[in-house]
Amino acid sequence: MNHMAVSRRTFLKGSGAVVVSGLIIGFVTGPAAARTGAGKLNTWVVIAPDDEVRILIGYSEMGQGITTSLPQVIADELDADWSTIRMEFAPADAAFANPVFGIQGTGGSTTTYGSWETMRAAGATARAMLEQAAAKRWNVNASAVRSENGAVVNASTGESLRFGALALAAAEETPPKVPPLKDPSAWRFIGKPVDRLDIPAKVDGTAGFGIDVQIPGMLVATISQCPVFGGSLKSVDDAPAMAVRGVKAVVPLKNAVAVAADGYWPAKKGLDALMPVWDEGTFAGGGSDTTLKEFHATLDDAGAVADAHGDLAAGFAATTKTIEADYTAPYLAHATMEPMNATAHVTEDGVTFWAPTQWPGLLTIIGAKVLGVDASKITVHSTYLGGGYGRRFEPDFCLQAALISKAVGAPVKLMWSREEDMRHDFYRPGSVCRMRVGLGEDGLPSAWETRIACSSIFSRTVPQRVKDGLDHTSVEGAVHLPYALPNRRIDYRLMPSPIPVGFWRSVGNSQNGWFTESMIDEAAHAAGDDPLAYRLKLLADSPEHAAVLKAAADAAGWGKAPAGRFQGIALVESFKTIAAEVVELSVSADKEITLHRLTVAADPGSVVNPRNFEGQLQGALVYGLTAALYGRIDVVNGRVEQGNFDTYAMVRLSQLPPITVTLVPSGRPMGGAGEPGTPPIAPALCNALFAATGERIRSLPLMDHGYTLEPVWG
Amino acid sequence: MAFNITVNGMVHTVDVDGDTPLLWVLRDTLGLTGTKYGCGIAECGACTVHVDGVAQRSCTLAIEDLDGSEITTIEGLSSGGAPHPVQEAWITEQVPQCGFCQSGMIMTAAALLSETPNPSDGEIAEAMTNICRCGTYDRVRAAIRRAAKA
Repeated sequence: MNHMAVSRRTFLKGSGAVVVSGLIIGFVTGPAAARTGAGKLNTWVVIAPDDEVRILIGYSEMGQGITTSLPQVIADELDADWSTIRMEFAPADAAFANPVFGIQGTGGSTTTYGSWETMRAAGATARAMLEQAAAKRWNVNASAVRSENGAVVNASTGESLRFGALALAAAEETPPKVPPLKDPSAWRFIGKPVDRLDIPAKVDGTAGFGIDVQIPGMLVATISQCPVFGGSLKSVDDAPAMAVRGVKAVVPLKNAVAVAADGYWPAKKGLDALMPVWDEGTFAGGGSDTTLKEFHATLDDAGAVADAHGDLAAGFAATTKTIEADYTAPYLAHATMEPMNATAHVTEDGVTFWAPTQWPGLLTIIGAKVLGVDASKITVHSTYLGGGYGRRFEPDFCLQAALISKAVGAPVKLMWSREEDMRHDFYRPGSVCRMRVGLGEDGLPSAWETRIACSSIFSRTVPQRVKDGLDHTSVEGAVHLPYALPNRRIDYRLMPSPIPVGFWRSVGNSQNGWFTESMIDEAAHAAGDDPLAYRLKLLADSPEHAAVLKAAADAAGWGKAPAGRFQGIALVESFKTIAAEVVELSVSADKEITLHRLTVAADPGSVVNPRNFEGQLQGALVYGLTAALYGRIDVVNGRVEQGNFDTYAMVRLSQLPPITVTLVPSGRPMGGAGEPGTPPIAPALCNALFAATGERIRSLPLMDHGYTLEPVWG
Repeated sequence: MAFNITVNGMVHTVDVDGDTPLLWVLRDTLGLTGTKYGCGIAECGACTVHVDGVAQRSCTLAIEDLDGSEITTIEGLSSGGAPHPVQEAWITEQVPQCGFCQSGMIMTAAALLSETPNPSDGEIAEAMTNICRCGTYDRVRAAIRRAAKA
């Protein structure tokens, strides 16, 4: 195991912050020896003689706060003294597989709900072993001792031993068959807004992200990939780059050319000087507009049935009014704050990565194939991730770093420019949707038909999860809705395209939630009903969803907007969490939008760290809001037009009113945190805009319809 | 070419091409990696540092134009071992998520408060044009208000 070693002094200075990157190397020959004195109680819990409790985290920290939430769970069952808790990133290792996927990785908002029971057991088991060791030490029955805030106490004598003094002996104990879990009423950390362990290092500049890795002898490389999707490198004259001071090598790859230098700037200057000759391949004339038109043309064709119930024809026959609308969602880039990068060192003994990756397990498997080495010879050290949102599921940039390292015979930190990052993403699929809704005499949907066409994410990433032409990620958010839709059919056309698509925060829910919640709103207005009241009628048999919707409406003061302000509401369940959002806005005659209030309510079942959860909901809302206003990736002549934040705009602080969060955990099975806040915002925004203007937005982003977002703080 | 700059109170002579942006001198030459690269076109603010006391985006400042300047980076913001009031407020309000933009956010906020000790919401909004993809803006504003009161 290659745990990151950090001195006790550094730990105290950073108040529990983990220190990665350069320091890993610096300390590897130092305290590593001291660490052998620590007691390893199980995969996740190591306790040092000085009482330091090291919690190993096999998940990626990309802002979601998992490096605090999981230690909270373990510390509670361990009965630890919180001030002794420190987290360490675990290396890629099967022992740290995500139970939801069976492979080590972070995504799908699965981490907490997928592993918190395992973490509880890990903490409880370790506590039992410490108690057993103490009982032996005192030669008393195990029932005569109890844990107390980082120590074990002898009930009869009052003697006490700190965990650190017991750890080595405890590591030799046999773990109990049944972990002695605490009653939730005894929890001290779970459910509390515990301060995040990673924040001290994130405010003083010491947190080590991928781009901060420094390895002795390392070169810095940057890369230019064939601008056309599917193209390849024909040839490149390396002379202009080699003439740049600091450039060490030009490395041609199959579909790219990289320049390695003694720093990023010379590498970039070298790369800019090159005139690579590309074989642009078959997509050189392709574009996103044409592609989406092709998708649209298939909507009359039969699709793979994703959700069907009742009798659709009979439902339409019983309607008094039918509404029909076509919706189009654009391709979207992730635009993580930290552009793609990875450091790799390929030697005869194997491959070592230091990488901001969401999926070290996948990197090991794919790395073995691409690099032709045994998976056991691949080591992955995780750094902090400067945002993930699904982009860092992909191992592409890590593999490039390894190929370049192999070519130059030195460790290489590969850093993509922002432009490269935006033009070689795996985009949120552009998607088209036709919806037909028949309203019965009561105004409620007697027939509900949704036809979707878009590219499939799973057909590239996890092909075995595409069955009978159906990829769940293409339809999620449009199927198995909480509303009473007795006669319904939702189907899907899987559309291959050279434009690469991938997992984008909330995945299919991001577009399908918008389609569906816009159409419910259209139905409410067609029925002459209030959008909230209409939804509540359809949620009579979904009380949990109704409760969240009402919580959002209450918190937002639904129906009580001041004159000139208008509200929109939307409800989407995703990743097992129910979320509802309300937007309150005003619009000028020149289509200038001002946001006045943003409200989120969510039922995640139960919550480990409520303050963290609130931050996730706020952030997910802002991510979706930014996309709804500005987000559109255009492919023209096979290449992406946007390249940086000047052409792919972002919502800024000045445009955002406060975001009020209400958590209504009902005790249902725990749901995810990172993504469920994203899907409801686009429909809530568009529904508010309809209330204000009567204009129904059926393609995004809003800027395409002439709308701008004005500053809210005067 | 050799250039002299003072970074966090220490004088450095760096031998790099004159067009090298300050960002890369800090990160690659001096090893001060707290200042981040986000866009390279002064749009996102992740690379914000203080140049002679003024918040500037270091990704587009050529070193040849900075000879003799006094630079402060996130690593040098606090003095005497105690966190800067902005850093303290950031911890109290639990601002960062992924954290990548936060050095730049904090440097921008610290410069704002040294210029305008008690900024209005409008002044905060005008100064804080940095991009945060995690959407921590609500807490950024709260932390600046808190630091202003400290």
